[in-house]
Amino acid sequence: MILTAISMTVKAQNDSFLIKRINPDSSKVSMNMDAVYNRPFLTAGNMPIAMGGYLEANTQYASTDGITEGFSFQMQRLTIFLSSTIGKKIKFLSELEFEDGTREINLEFAAMDIEFHPLVNLRGGIMMNPIGAFNQNHDGPRWEFIDRPVSATTIIPSTLSNAGFGLYGKHFQGQWTIGYEAYLTNGFNDKIISNDENRTSLAAGKKDANRFEKSNSGLPMFTGKLALRNRKIGELGLSYMTGVYNLWQSVGIILDNKRSLHVMALDFNTSMMKNNLNILGELVKVLVEVPKTYSQQFGSEQMGGHLDIVGTILKKPMLGWEKAKLNLVIRIDYADYNQGKFRETGGNIGDHVWAIVPGISFRPLATTVLRFNFRFEQQTDLLGNPPAKTGVLQFGFSSYF
Amino acid sequence: MKFNQLLIYLIIVFFVVMVASCDKLMPKTLSEDQILDGPISELTNAQLGQHLKGDIAFNDQIFTAETGLGPVFVATSCGSCHAADGKGHPFTTLTRFGQTDSTGNKFLHLGGPLLQNRALPGFEPEKIPSGASYAKFTPPIVTGLGFLELVSDEDLLAMADPNDSDGDGISGVVNWNVIPSYISPRLDAVSQNGKYICRFGKKASVYDLFQQTVTAYNQDIGIASIFNPLDVYSLLKTEPEVNVNTINEVVFYLQTLKAPMQRNQNDEEIQRGRIRFNEIGCTGCHKPALKTGSSYIPGLSNRKFHPFTDLLLHDMGSGLDDGYTEGSAKTSEWRTAPLWGLGLAPNSQGGQYFLLHDGRAKTIEDAIALHGGEASGRRAKYYQLSESDRLALLSFLKSL
Repeated sequence: MILTAISMTVKAQNDSFLIKRINPDSSKVSMNMDAVYNRPFLTAGNMPIAMGGYLEANTQYASTDGITEGFSFQMQRLTIFLSSTIGKKIKFLSELEFEDGTREINLEFAAMDIEFHPLVNLRGGIMMNPIGAFNQNHDGPRWEFIDRPVSATTIIPSTLSNAGFGLYGKHFQGQWTIGYEAYLTNGFNDKIISNDENRTSLAAGKKDANRFEKSNSGLPMFTGKLALRNRKIGELGLSYMTGVYNLWQSVGIILDNKRSLHVMALDFNTSMMKNNLNILGELVKVLVEVPKTYSQQFGSEQMGGHLDIVGTILKKPMLGWEKAKLNLVIRIDYADYNQGKFRETGGNIGDHVWAIVPGISFRPLATTVLRFNFRFEQQTDLLGNPPAKTGVLQFGFSSYF
Repeated sequence: MKFNQLLIYLIIVFFVVMVASCDKLMPKTLSEDQILDGPISELTNAQLGQHLKGDIAFNDQIFTAETGLGPVFVATSCGSCHAADGKGHPFTTLTRFGQTDSTGNKFLHLGGPLLQNRALPGFEPEKIPSGASYAKFTPPIVTGLGFLELVSDEDLLAMADPNDSDGDGISGVVNWNVIPSYISPRLDAVSQNGKYICRFGKKASVYDLFQQTVTAYNQDIGIASIFNPLDVYSLLKTEPEVNVNTINEVVFYLQTLKAPMQRNQNDEEIQRGRIRFNEIGCTGCHKPALKTGSSYIPGLSNRKFHPFTDLLLHDMGSGLDDGYTEGSAKTSEWRTAPLWGLGLAPNSQGGQYFLLHDGRAKTIEDAIALHGGEASGRRAKYYQLSESDRLALLSFLKSL
C-alpha cells in the first residue's frame, strides 16, 4: 500500500513536471521587436520559468584569389535563453551566447519588462539596441544563410546590446500594427576610430568590457525605432541611434571635443504567394564625427545593406518530416566602410565589399534549418585597387532546442 | 516512398557535384607575374616561416594609440603605404622638409625631416616650418629590395661617372651619407670621410633595409624602437613600441620579396620596345641588369637581376628640383627609379599611375616628358621615334 502510494505520488510529480515545448503563437501579429520573446521555449509543468536556445554549426571551404586555407569546421554559436514570468505583466528574459566555441561569451540580453499599458512598457537591463531588423531578430534558425549579413555585423555590429532603460509599445488597428521603441543606453568608445581593423568600426567600438557598467562618454546613447506592419503586406521599420562615443572629459578635465555618431536604418520584410516567397532587407547609413586632422583611413560615412529572397519550392512531407520545406535562396550583401573622396586626389575612397550568396535550405521543422550556401565576394581596398575575389562553399545547420 | 528515395538520390548527386566542382567555382589564382607579393625561390621552410611573420607584421599589424601610433603620424601600418607591396598613392605620399644641401637638415629640432601630417585626436599634426624647403615622396614598390641591397659598392662606383668621362651626357653619382650608429656597414663597404654609399629612398640617402625599416616605423607611424627611441611629437626618449624581433622579421620579409617579373616577354611589340629603349639610351641610367654579391640566403646570392636602375643619383633638371635634398645629393638629383613592376603600378595606386618621386606624372608618357637635366637628350630621342616605336616602348615599359 505504502509503495503503491509512493509510486502514485512520484507519477503525479512526473506528470506535473513533464517538460513541454512552447512554440511561438503564430496567430499573433509578430514584429521584429517581438523577436526576443517570440522563440520556442521549454518549460516544465506550471513552473514560471522557460528555457530555450539554439545552436549553429557549419563547415566551409574558402578561397581568395585562388589561395585557400582549406576546410574548416565552425561551431559558430550556442545560445541559451532563460525567461521567467515574475508576476502579472512583469517578465524577464536573458540570452547568453557562446561564439566560436568559448572564444566569446556574451550576455546579449538580460532585461525585465513591466507592462503598464500595451503602449507603455518599461524595459531595463541589458537590451538589444533596436537599430535595423537583424539586430533584434538575429537567431540563426530564422535565417536561410550561414553567414550573417555583412552590413549587419560590420556596420551595425550585431548583436549590439547595452545596459539601459527605455519604453516600448504597440497599437493595433485592423490589419495594421504600429510599434515603437525608445531606449537610453550606454554607448560606444573611442575604438570606433582607433582599432586594428584600420577603418571606422562600430564593431570595434563595442569591444569594451566596461560598457555594461558605464558609458565611455558619460552620456547616454539614444536608440529609437518606429515600425509599421500590415498583416497582408509586411513590415517597415525606421530606426535611429545617436550618441557621443569618445572620452571627452575625465574627472572634470576637458580632454577633447565631443564626437558623435549617427546610425540610420531602414528595414522591411514582406511575404507573398501564400508565404512561399519572402523578401526582406535592411539598409543602414552611419555618420561618425572623425577629426579632420586624423587619417582618412577612418571614414566618417559608411553605408550598407542586404536583400534576401527566399522562395519555397517544396512544402510537403519529406523523409518522415510532415511539414518539411525546401527553399531556394539568394542574398545580395553590401558594405561600404568609407564613403567619400581622398583630399589628395579628389578620387573615390574604396574600402567596400559586396557579395552574392545563392543557396538551398531545407527545413525539416520550422525550428531547424539545414543550409548550403555559396558566397562569392569582392573586396576592394581603401585605394580602390582591383578587388580580392573570394569564394566560400558552406554547409551547416541551425536549430532551436 | 518513391519521392523520398528520389530526394535522397538528388541530395547525394548534388553534394557529389558540388564537391567535384568545388575548385571550378572558386576565383582563379592570379599568375605569378601578375602579383608583386611572394617570396623569392630557394628559401628553406624556416626562412619561409620568417618571411610569413614579416609579411604579417608589414601588412597586417595596425598601430593604434594604445599600441604606440603617433601621436603624429602619416600612416597606421606599413601596408597602408605599400598596398600589395606596390607603389603608393598620394593618400600616403610623404612630405620631407628642411635640407637644401649636403651640410645637413637644419630643421630637425622642428620635426624634420618628415612631416607627420596626421595626428591622434587631441593632438595637432605638424606643419612645414616657415623657411623650410620640402619635397613630396610617393611610397615606392617594395619588392626585389633584397637584390638591390646586395649590389656591391664597387659595382655602384663602377657605374658612376661624376665628370661624364665617357661624354654620354650622363654623370651618375653615389650618395655619400652619414649612417646611424645602430647600422653595421657591410664587410665590403666603401667609406669616405666617415660617410658611406647609400642607395635606398628617392634620394638614395638610406644605407640599407634595416635603417629604412627602423626609420619608417619611427617617422611614418610614430613607433619608437631601441634603435630610434625618440617620440616624434615630443622628441623625448620613450619606451620601445616595436620589438627587435619584429623589426628583423620585417627586414627579412623585405629582403626576400621576389623581384617583379616581366610579362609577355616574347611579344613582338614588347621586344621592339625593348630594343628602342636601349637604342635611345634609356639604359644609360635604367640599367637592365645588375648582380648581387654573396649572401647567406642562396636565392639572393650572386644573382643577376633586372631592376632597370643604376641606384645612382642623376641631375633631372630644374623641373624636378623641389629645393629639398638628403645626404650629399643636390636638390635636382634623384636616384634612378627602378622600372621593374612599373606595369603593375596601377594595381596598387588605385587603378592609375602616380609616377616620379611625388606622383605628379599620371602616365608613363608624362613621366618621360618630365625627364630633364641629364635625361634631356634621351627624352628628345624618345620624341624623335615614330609613333609606332613610341607605343612599342611604352608597351615594353608596361610589361615590366
